[in-house]
Amino acid sequence: MAKLDSKIPQGSLSEKWTNHKSNINLVSPANKRLIDVIVVGTGLAGASASATLAELGYNVKTFCFQDSPRRAHSIAAQGGINAAKNYQGDGDSTHRLFYDTIKGGDYRSRESNVYRLAEVSTNIIDQCVAQGVPFARDYGGLLDNRSFGGVLVSRTFYAKGQTGQQLLLGAYSAMNRQIGRGKIKMYNRHEMMDLVLVDGKARGIITRNLVNGEIERHGAHAVVIASGGYGNVFFLSTNAMGSNVSASWKIHKRGAHFANPCFTQIHPTCIPVSGEHQSKLTLMSESLRNDGRIWVPKKLEDVKAIRAGQLKPTDIAEEDRDYYLERRYPAFGNLVPRDVASRAAKERCDAGFGVNKTGEAVYLDFAAAITRYGKEQAHVKGLDENNAALVKKLGQEVVRAKYGNLFQMYEKIVDQDPYEIPMMIYPAVHYTMGGVWVDYNLMTSIPGCYAIGEANFSDHGANRLGASALMQGLADGYFVLPYTIGDYLSDDIRTGPISTDSPEFEAAEKEVKAQLEAFINNDGKHSVDYYHKKLGKIMWDKCGMSRNEKALKEAISEIKALREDFYKNINVPGGSEEFNEQLAKAGRVADFLELGELFAKDALERTESCGGHFREESQTPEGEALRDDKNFTFVSAWEYQGEPSKAKLHKEVLKYEEIEVKTRSYK
Amino acid sequence: MKLKIWRQANVNAQGEMVSYSVSDVSPDMSFLEMMDMHNEQLIKKGEDPVAFDHDCREGICGMCSMFINGEAHGPDRLVTTCQLHMRKFKDGDTITIEPFRANAFPVIKDLAVDRSAFDRIQQAGGFISVNTSGNTQDANAIPINKHDADKAFDAATCIGCGACVASCKNASAMLFVSAKVSQYALLPQGKVEATDRVLNMVNQMDEEGFGNCTNTGACEVECPKGISLENIARMNKEYLTATIKS
Repeated sequence: MAKLDSKIPQGSLSEKWTNHKSNINLVSPANKRLIDVIVVGTGLAGASASATLAELGYNVKTFCFQDSPRRAHSIAAQGGINAAKNYQGDGDSTHRLFYDTIKGGDYRSRESNVYRLAEVSTNIIDQCVAQGVPFARDYGGLLDNRSFGGVLVSRTFYAKGQTGQQLLLGAYSAMNRQIGRGKIKMYNRHEMMDLVLVDGKARGIITRNLVNGEIERHGAHAVVIASGGYGNVFFLSTNAMGSNVSASWKIHKRGAHFANPCFTQIHPTCIPVSGEHQSKLTLMSESLRNDGRIWVPKKLEDVKAIRAGQLKPTDIAEEDRDYYLERRYPAFGNLVPRDVASRAAKERCDAGFGVNKTGEAVYLDFAAAITRYGKEQAHVKGLDENNAALVKKLGQEVVRAKYGNLFQMYEKIVDQDPYEIPMMIYPAVHYTMGGVWVDYNLMTSIPGCYAIGEANFSDHGANRLGASALMQGLADGYFVLPYTIGDYLSDDIRTGPISTDSPEFEAAEKEVKAQLEAFINNDGKHSVDYYHKKLGKIMWDKCGMSRNEKALKEAISEIKALREDFYKNINVPGGSEEFNEQLAKAGRVADFLELGELFAKDALERTESCGGHFREESQTPEGEALRDDKNFTFVSAWEYQGEPSKAKLHKEVLKYEEIEVKTRSYK
Repeated sequence: MKLKIWRQANVNAQGEMVSYSVSDVSPDMSFLEMMDMHNEQLIKKGEDPVAFDHDCREGICGMCSMFINGEAHGPDRLVTTCQLHMRKFKDGDTITIEPFRANAFPVIKDLAVDRSAFDRIQQAGGFISVNTSGNTQDANAIPINKHDADKAFDAATCIGCGACVASCKNASAMLFVSAKVSQYALLPQGKVEATDRVLNMVNQMDEEGFGNCTNTGACEVECPKGISLENIARMNKEYLTATIKS
């Protein structure tokens, strides 16, 4: 395969996108009617792309595995969406958003893509408001902003704790308008099973109707993958139960390079695992770290007593508590970036200081904030600041107003009152920065096949900043792909409809059916979840928050062995021509079992630490991540060669022209 | 624990309640984790696992949809099925689990129903007709009164789960439809096509076979997002105005 060509336009960084738009080929409105585009996935990226492509005049076919496009997991995003509007007049600009994103990504993302993202960010807010997205407003009627981790300005727009939901419903409404006009044909409860290539170009997909099991062929002039990230390779994550890598992995097996698979974001504040039965993890917003102090006991005997139920955390004296983030990072304290906070929690728990029965939890304590706010309120109201009961009551009211819905969610799940007893939290897999490799046009290494949103690798480097995922999904779908795809499709105006009777479709369909039948007919003894849980455990223990050569090598051989056992001993009940959730899951887990191995291989290859990827061999004497810019300032793009272990590495060297590469420090 | 679960092979099959017993239930489990465990036990015994819809498991996607002991999303208030925990039940309890029932929600299998009627109502008018070109006016060009913006937000938090329909003796979708109509009616951007929107959406709602509203208020009680009946009143006003205008 030819060497990677990222197709970055010429010219200065700030002019690249404008120049590129002026120079690329267009398809006339009359000819757009002759062109079909398939979109897989209906999260922010897929829904916004479908709507815009249909508005432009293309015939769009959109697929989602859920019962409605409105349910895609973008809906669960809480905090907000960044945009360089500078409404607060606090010095924000396109350049500052660009700079923060590159730095936050630990200098492992592509400058030109990130700059474009920052550039179009402001259009997103205008667009969403025009669509009726109810963002938070101040009393003057204008849009409100708040601040998020890793930045010095207030550029985050939000809709209470449901920003993702409101943005997705906005994109869904834009889609609905086009479905009503007949420009989008929507296929709910359909799973993409494979990509079909004709003469080396993406020309369609094979799908399975999840209601009746029917295998269908769909032809198109281009295929857009918007199927999200692969955090569920860890079994437990904050992703939805159905989130999967299959669409991305199928195109990888057909020739699309997979980039930086080991770059995973582990979010520090999630509700800890409560037992073997756990099916997924729930995030507690990053905003809690503004007021919560994170600690574990200093003494191991206190830890033991807490686990045995003999002591409560509130019984531990102040001098016997270890506020380890404040101790290790006095400058940033509890507000260090996500990757740093997560590793520090793991370090304490590995040393035996975890405070719940599994030994994997630390406290997030609001007592100090409650007292501080309470005294402030007492002072304002002219009441007695030394009345502890009164101060506590007033303080709790302030905390309730700020974080009430999160505290309620915690109480529902854990059955403890976080106003009285410190919350228990632990890091969990949340987002994957890695994904399908794409060029500046968001096209994968397969002509005519695109990847957008979390499914691609392009904008977040080795670590994503809060409130940037929503920005990227909508930027790709509304404002980038609809332009760049025209450049490719301009060659297809005379092609005519893509026939699905070709031998290529025939062969792909046959393969899909054979795999499904093999699952159904296998007389195995273990369920799909049995394998998914085993894989998740290997991934978490050996490719999780901290990685080393020995464990990664073990992971590679263990995953390979597990995959072989899976094909021999999997038990899938029911038939293939019916609603069969186990069968759908079997296909997804089969792909995770391959991706997991490539993930470990990528982590093994990258012997530096950067962002969310921490190699124990590459750290400073104080235990901080140590980047190796000389040898690793590149994107790892893996080419499939028959099985994950044989994948071939291509390097896209990252060039920083605008930004000076520096070490991140939070001390 | 005993479970009585609605089993139905497909849309055309005859369904029935089937009794099971499930062991090793822990109070910390979510309701769906109990269902997962029950399914694992069924698979081990070579029986067909129970089909049910679920995805985000944090109360926001709206996919889970169980009618538990006669209530949509079970006995707890302001939660979806996925947020319900087993500590709300007692050891030895018998739990009855049915799908969200309505003529407009045909059963696909067991507890999974087809709610695409909701999508079709939204396609009939649940949008503002603005192209996604990005060439709109600046987001701060029209200030919106905070009170209205907050009310619009409250209406917009509907997750489209269908608990309102399942709880209503008439299987009416008024709470769902009125939430969307209200969101746009309260915002200046949505006023331009308010007349067509309410007429088209209500018309589609009737075509899908949802029942009429008789103001029992069961929908509001069972709604996991606390969508208010006030929205139905607002939609009725919008509808009346639109009918007079057209």
